[in-house]
Amino acid sequence: MTSVVRIGCAGGMWGDDLDAPRRLVEGAPLDYLMLDYLAEVTMSILQKQRARDPRAGFARDFPATVVSVLPAIRTRGLRVLADAGGVNPVGCGDAVRDAIAKAGAAGEVRVGVVTGDDLLPRLDALLAAGHELRNMDTGEPLAAVRDRVVAANAYIGADGLVAALDQGAQVVVTGRCADASLCLAPLVHEYHWPADDWDRRAAGMIAGHIIECGAQCTGGNCLHDWESIPDLANVGYPIVEVAADGTFVVTKPEGSGGRVSVLSVTEQLVYEIGDPRAYLTPDVSCDFTGLALTQAAPDRVAVRGARGTPKPAQLKVSIAYTAGYKAIGTLTYAWPDALAKAQRADAVLRERLDRAGLRFDAIVSEFVGAGATHGTVAPQTELPEVGYRIGVRDADKAKVDRFTREVAPLVLNGPPSATGYAQARGKVEEVVAFWPALIDRQAVDVHVEVRA
Amino acid sequence: MRIRLLDLAHARSGDKGDRCNVGVIARRPEWYTVLAAYVTADAVARHFQGRIRGPVERYELANLSALNFVLHGALEGGGTLSLRTDAQGKVFSTDLLRLELDLPDELAARLSLPGRPS
Repeated sequence: MTSVVRIGCAGGMWGDDLDAPRRLVEGAPLDYLMLDYLAEVTMSILQKQRARDPRAGFARDFPATVVSVLPAIRTRGLRVLADAGGVNPVGCGDAVRDAIAKAGAAGEVRVGVVTGDDLLPRLDALLAAGHELRNMDTGEPLAAVRDRVVAANAYIGADGLVAALDQGAQVVVTGRCADASLCLAPLVHEYHWPADDWDRRAAGMIAGHIIECGAQCTGGNCLHDWESIPDLANVGYPIVEVAADGTFVVTKPEGSGGRVSVLSVTEQLVYEIGDPRAYLTPDVSCDFTGLALTQAAPDRVAVRGARGTPKPAQLKVSIAYTAGYKAIGTLTYAWPDALAKAQRADAVLRERLDRAGLRFDAIVSEFVGAGATHGTVAPQTELPEVGYRIGVRDADKAKVDRFTREVAPLVLNGPPSATGYAQARGKVEEVVAFWPALIDRQAVDVHVEVRA
Repeated sequence: MRIRLLDLAHARSGDKGDRCNVGVIARRPEWYTVLAAYVTADAVARHFQGRIRGPVERYELANLSALNFVLHGALEGGGTLSLRTDAQGKVFSTDLLRLELDLPDELAARLSLPGRPS
């Protein structure tokens, strides 16, 4: 058997299965473990946490996760890469070192920290230097929302992670990077793929794209033949076994639940992509249209044919800004005429809101069970119950707060058969919106520090 | 013959800003030709009419027996702004599988499509 590098992914979002890393590491021989924590919205939440406490702003679960796989790091040479650093990778690195010390291995594990993605402290200087950070979708300059910006992060690529591994880091934390770069970095470190070997870099990123959402490629959220996918309670998280030529096999630990099939992997390949000939990442532009997938064995899918073209000159920047407040209230209406009652309740409520002079930037009513998520459903009759869900959004917090008091009274003073009213009074939440922009690569300085 | 897309394909969808992408995958490789010929960007735009504000782009992945649709203006400004249950467009995928295709009986017979008589 030709030698391969084995990379597992045991976390596709912050809030994913806490026990998955340990199970994956104990279930299969792994060289690297990657964990992705950062959805777009996560960065703004972390920025707010850091504003309250300068030591916060990273995925607090991560130090304990490192400890849960510490035996493998110390005795089997496992190395861990994660974007758990959030908006405070340095603080995250310190917390990891502390947790390792508390676990009795003080100074025995080299922890690398990659920084440079966080543009918030430099934002005004960047604007002054002529980086307009125009909205990629609308073309507007950032000035339109500058005073409401709460986070600004460039998607950095694999280079800093590779440097940390080259310097001997056994655990690497960073902030915002492209998720799949966590997979490409170990491959570049191990195989020394040249910087302009775009096909193999694309292979590494595509391998990362397949596993970056954890169990979404091993049977989780898999529509194809979903009823027959075995043992999701014990679903196996994914592993890629990547050869030096960039071909790889997607698999999962033996004896674990779930399924790795050509179609389960294909569902993940098409997830959250645009043009499949130009899937842009900080490291390479990937072409999916030459990929060939084959079922090499049960729960083993072989992938070859990745192609790449040079990386883009600019990096994507995700900028988060506050955009008012929202609240959602729900009630349930029961048979008979469940949908008609819910619709009448909506009309009554809207008339009351109108009379109170409450107009919102956005208001949306849905009838859950009667086509809330699918817009193309014919009206149903004889439904046993229908959920009535109404949400509003507005710049004025007081208006949204007033709205939350208007739903519950319907139980007593609206159409009959309302129940399930514990959630009638919604919670007012601040809304964060996103401003996608581009920045010249040269404007982003990546810094790497490795120490035990 | 009238055939529901669900019987020919499976799908997954997700969000990027105010865009939703729906990847549609033929249940058998030989059925991809039906998707390519009949599930046009126009058909998808009509299916989601009233729910999306922008155009629909279609990309072909013949090697994966799949099509990728990018729906612009699909999420009321974006996942965090949207007040919908499906704020991130996670089930636009199965919504699209409700699409009904009118196919020649001869084609359906030749490809052994699991259709119902029209």
